[in-house]
Amino acid sequence: MPNLTQKLLSAHCDKDTVYPGDLIQAKVDLVLGNDITTPLALREFFAAGFRRVFDPERIVLVQDHFVPSKDIKSAEQSMMVRQFAREYRITHHFDVGSAGIEHALLPERGLVVPGDLVIGADSHTCTYGALGAFATGIGSTDMAAAMAIGEVWLRVPEVMKVVLTGNRSRWVSGKDIMLAIIGRIGTDGARYMSMEFQGPLVAELSIDERMTISNMAIEAGAKAGIFQPDEVTMEYLKHRAKRPPRLYTSDADAIYQEELVMDVTGMEPVVALPHSPDNVRQISEVGEIPIDQVVIGSCTNGRYSDLEMAARVLRGKKVNPNVRLIVIPATQQVYLDAMRAGLLEVFIEAGGVISPPTCGPCLGGYMGILGPGERAVATTNRNFVGRMGHAKSEVILASPFVAAASAVMGRVAAPWEVAS
Amino acid sequence: MRRGRAWVFGDNIDTDAIIPARYLYTTDPAELAQHVMEDIAPGFAGRVRPGDIIVAGRNFGCGSSREHAPLAIRASGISCVIARSFARIFYRNSINTGLCIVESEEIPNEVQQGDDLELNAEAGILLNLSRGTVHRIPEQPAFVREIIEAGGLLPYVKRRLADD
Ligand code: SF4
Repeated sequence: MPNLTQKLLSAHCDKDTVYPGDLIQAKVDLVLGNDITTPLALREFFAAGFRRVFDPERIVLVQDHFVPSKDIKSAEQSMMVRQFAREYRITHHFDVGSAGIEHALLPERGLVVPGDLVIGADSHTCTYGALGAFATGIGSTDMAAAMAIGEVWLRVPEVMKVVLTGNRSRWVSGKDIMLAIIGRIGTDGARYMSMEFQGPLVAELSIDERMTISNMAIEAGAKAGIFQPDEVTMEYLKHRAKRPPRLYTSDADAIYQEELVMDVTGMEPVVALPHSPDNVRQISEVGEIPIDQVVIGSCTNGRYSDLEMAARVLRGKKVNPNVRLIVIPATQQVYLDAMRAGLLEVFIEAGGVISPPTCGPCLGGYMGILGPGERAVATTNRNFVGRMGHAKSEVILASPFVAAASAVMGRVAAPWEVAS
Repeated sequence: MRRGRAWVFGDNIDTDAIIPARYLYTTDPAELAQHVMEDIAPGFAGRVRPGDIIVAGRNFGCGSSREHAPLAIRASGISCVIARSFARIFYRNSINTGLCIVESEEIPNEVQQGDDLELNAEAGILLNLSRGTVHRIPEQPAFVREIIEAGGLLPYVKRRLADD
């Protein structure tokens, strides 16, 4: 009777079956940290007197938020991580040159496989649910403890079953589907729950799109957002997976706390207006909203297929003179692939700039900070007050199609206004 | 015993609002505390007094996993956060780092900005001295209490390692 979440979690603790509400001590397959959360974890790790890590191959450190270092203080934080990685012989330390946004990087490198339990000191760790792993964000103290003992305390979550169904129109992407779900249930609609995505539409979703959907499970308050592995997953893992996958499936009579059916038939692309990811509108309803900047990137939509979507709209077009277009390939590999396929040319000829892989403006770090009163359309995941810069700036969340069309039109725009 | 004035906030106070990412170049709690709530309540850090209590609505601490958020709140002098509900990462970060949090549907309905509050966590009681009201606060699960009693997650883990 167990659902996928129960199976994944019981496989990592000493109980045969776990139930929602159980507090378990679970063994982790990977512990992840970045250049912002790792320094805090290290401070705690050393203050507690730890001098060993449980397994240097199971700790992944990614320098992605403020690199290449944006200022002296962030350079110092990166140095801390670098030195620790060297001294403790951390196998997977990704620095400038090999790095990229963590949640695009780990799957790309085959570091996460189905059946894993991954914890990361970053809330979008839930992205790896796309591969059939139980992956969830934790804090720096959790990271410090897990680096020492390879375990984490977890409360077994209730599960929300999300059935994806229907036929989507060509401009509707995984981003739109997830925004529509969040718009429907709200930013705490799945609070504390594990979302399990099922239904006939799943087979049509690429791993990239599934990652976009799982990535934003946290924006509905969820602890995890999981897809059952299928042929698409296995194809993605081929030549990539560093460890053998463990495939679990939900039992047919599994119990769910809630069930939601998302039928995409007739759906339009959507956007989330300021200042909440659940402030969702159909693209044809938004009216005239002028913009100053467009950001295409992030762990939500910075993978190759996302850049490809944007290029499909931008090819042969010019970015509106009032708009700054910033394109950020999520990893070095995405950058290289986009270059070889001529996508970077499309962006540059349109009048956009290409940033090296980084989180950059997504969290208001650098590389495209908004000033007072400025407004951006971004393919990122959060549009909270001040997220991309000044407290009086605004972020509108959208798919790569919509972001690209908006860059050309100088206002929030539908893809069909620009491309056919 | 924790006593102070109430600072009332609404629903969905996210961790970017608690401590904007532009200050995440440091892990120093005192430095972080200077910017706590800056974008949604300018001047908050300067006016908060030791012992004060935040009273908020639903989903407090949603968004980023940054532990800088509970650290900044605690270092600002806030002695406890009472909310209708907490986002899960903020919830566990608070337990792990020793920020007192209380989940209550009822208290946020009845407390006004500036009320004089006294929290006795051990007895499970919150007094609203401005209004003369008493509220029960729910008990934490045993495992969570163990972490809190140990002084946070790391002392707890160390004790466990020593027992093994
Ligand atoms: S791209 Fe944005 S959301 Fe993703 S890890 Fe970086 S800062 Fe966080």
